[in-house]
Amino acid sequence: MELTDQQRLLLNQFQQQLPVSTTPYADMAAACDMTEAAVLEQLQQWQEQGILSRVGAVLNHQKIGSSTLAALAVPDEYRDAVALQVNDYPQVNHNYRRTHRYNIWFVVTGRDSAEIDRVLEDIEQRTGYAPLNLPMLQPFHLNLGFAL
Amino acid sequence: MNAPFNPLSPIDLALLHQLQEGLPLCSRPYAKLAEELGCSEELLAERLAFLQETKQVRRSGLIIRHRPLGFKANAMVVWNLPDEQLQKLAEQLAVQPGVTLCYERPRRLPDWPYNLFTMIHGRSEEQVRAQLQQILDRLELNHIQHDLLFSEHCYKQCGGRYLHKDKAPLAHMNKHQGSKDVVHG
Repeated sequence: MELTDQQRLLLNQFQQQLPVSTTPYADMAAACDMTEAAVLEQLQQWQEQGILSRVGAVLNHQKIGSSTLAALAVPDEYRDAVALQVNDYPQVNHNYRRTHRYNIWFVVTGRDSAEIDRVLEDIEQRTGYAPLNLPMLQPFHLNLGFAL
Repeated sequence: MNAPFNPLSPIDLALLHQLQEGLPLCSRPYAKLAEELGCSEELLAERLAFLQETKQVRRSGLIIRHRPLGFKANAMVVWNLPDEQLQKLAEQLAVQPGVTLCYERPRRLPDWPYNLFTMIHGRSEEQVRAQLQQILDRLELNHIQHDLLFSEHCYKQCGGRYLHKDKAPLAHMNKHQGSKDVVHG
């Protein structure tokens, strides 16, 4: 889908820091030469179209709780069933099938590393496949949003 | 990574929950939460700024999904970089066009030889491959072992929800909030 210049301005300007204000949508509107009502209507529409996940925040898991990236190598015939078992855990918040022998990739988050270890051990016992545990050691590029 | 749980004030925790779920799309999006918490809306806006300044929040604002905007291909590109060059090469890779994430992660030998993960988003697999080739040429990395893992299917995707409402550290907060739907994972 094609974006207008005004839509692109709105999308690109507010992926990094929400205006520090009790009326952030009015602030966005002022910066984009739009009315607050038009901004709200646009965001509503993007949400309905699935473009906007939410107006909110991405937390830093190095400071708040703990997380890891894990992967399983599962034969194709069992792959989807195992992926659904992984989905069952509330600590799992992303789970993708990828083109590799390690074909199930998921992120586990928890209060601390002990909780994550428990989940990974449980997944191994339940599915019979041992996850690779690949916690982030060092970030080189924090995701600062996506220029469109 | 693996830091002990950082105790946050009940107001900060409640605000972070709200920001994980999303602020309401209305003129005063903090009003309802402020009323529930018995604090001012100004305080909540200021706490968000503080949490971001202290890097507990990585970014805030519009959280966008790439796929509906036409960025249908996303590849995890993994690299086996010589340890002594990792720092330098990772810093270069991190700022290449198309690279949205760049993390060092541990090797798990013999199964997994790769120690650096990057993510490249593009409109098609061909575009992602072309972008990668440009990066390989520009940084002279053609001799470095690497692999491309395209995402084929999303089994689950629900924002980074690091805080779960039904977990012990948050029990004190639920009292403040009253009963709300538990939304997690």
